[in-house]
Amino acid sequence: MHEWDFAATLADMDLLLLGLWNTIQVFVLALAFGVPLGLGLALGRMSRTPVLSQLCSFVIEFFRTTPPLVQLFWFFFALPILISVQMTPFVASVLTFSIQSSAFFAEIFRGGINSIDKGQWEAAKAIGMTRKASLRRIILPQAVKRMIPAFAERSIELLKTTTLISTVSYADLMFQANELASKTFRPLEVYTVVAVMYFFLILVFSQITILLEYRLAKSGEGTMR
Amino acid sequence: MTNAVEIRELHKSFGDLEVLKGIDLDVAQGEAVVLLGSSGSGKSTLLRCINFMEEPTSGRVSLNGDLIGTEQGGRMRYRESDLCQLRTRIGMVFQHFNLFPHKTVLENVMEGQVIVLGRSKAEAKEKAMAQLARVGLEEKAPEYPARLSGGQKQRVAIARALAMDPEVMLFDEVTSALDPELVGEVLKTMRQLAEEGMTMVCVTHEIGFAYHVANKVCFLHQGQILEQGAPQVVLKTPETSRVREFLEGHSLFKLPE
Repeated sequence: MHEWDFAATLADMDLLLLGLWNTIQVFVLALAFGVPLGLGLALGRMSRTPVLSQLCSFVIEFFRTTPPLVQLFWFFFALPILISVQMTPFVASVLTFSIQSSAFFAEIFRGGINSIDKGQWEAAKAIGMTRKASLRRIILPQAVKRMIPAFAERSIELLKTTTLISTVSYADLMFQANELASKTFRPLEVYTVVAVMYFFLILVFSQITILLEYRLAKSGEGTMR
Repeated sequence: MTNAVEIRELHKSFGDLEVLKGIDLDVAQGEAVVLLGSSGSGKSTLLRCINFMEEPTSGRVSLNGDLIGTEQGGRMRYRESDLCQLRTRIGMVFQHFNLFPHKTVLENVMEGQVIVLGRSKAEAKEKAMAQLARVGLEEKAPEYPARLSGGQKQRVAIARALAMDPEVMLFDEVTSALDPELVGEVLKTMRQLAEEGMTMVCVTHEIGFAYHVANKVCFLHQGQILEQGAPQVVLKTPETSRVREFLEGHSLFKLPE
């Protein structure tokens, strides 16, 4: 029977908290870049210009079908060789997960936009709105409400996938956990604490999205009643 | 006097299917025209060609003397910006209302005025309230569309179109999706508009409305206008057997006098 002893782990809690902070940084930046990029890719894919549409489809499919670990290694090791840029683990991580998640967000955006009744486009068109204005004023505000559950799901997935960045020596929560485990010889305790930290991080995030969904539902139509 | 709408030799095909096969139609200013015909006759497509929700395959459409589009090499060319501008001059009301569910009734009626016409919010609000009063719904201004009945939704949709100060109003089967008891309030609003001198073109199955309100009815059959004229003539003494059959189908069951 294992004798649980959290003393060593808790003594080095600052290491884990630093890791948590680094994880949050990559996550937030990947969202901040990934969501707008995803919208751009979705609009590109739905464009009536065949070249643009095919290009965006290709980018989306490419990043959805290749493993994130391969993408991360590619950005971290291959990109500096191909175009002589300095690549830090942090930049490679943000770059990888921005683009990787944008491919998924693009499909969520596309699904959300397509789910809006054709009549909404027609009504906007009939009062003289351009396609751009219709999208911005009429379609997207409705689509975004419907997208929130899928968006939250995908973001949680993203947060969990960021554990991969420990493999390029970025000091995220997982990386710090590995370090601490080998330092304290208490892997069970360390990974238990780390699991609890991920649990609370994601719990807080998902509560925020539920709150957001609830708030939006109050104004007119929403996914929650 | 210039006609509000003038349509010449209008053709429209969807792929191989030719829906409109050469339509000529004049709508005088202040006139209410009703388009009748069975489903698939092309009446909705004709209506949608007037404000270029559908782009005609060939032919000409003029609005108060302005020819829409420019002729290039024997074909009409349309710029999207010109069509957007044209649509601000023509109001359209749909069968399924198509109100913006994420906006209140007032915001629905203000939206086009502010975003498309560039009116100030204060001006748009004043105008919106006036139009809502016109359709008898000013007290619903702060509500979201989900809280309205079908008839109320459709009257808001009419107010939304009117707020743009259109030169012509188009009605596309606007009572077909309503409960029978709600049809009356919408028809009453339309009748009031016609009496105020609004130029309107309506696709409807309400023969009674056509008879009492329209100045002219056009009967479409297989993409062409089969008969047109005053409702008292076309609806009472149709020339063709096709129109007679159509009217009989619509009055099979009548209450005894």
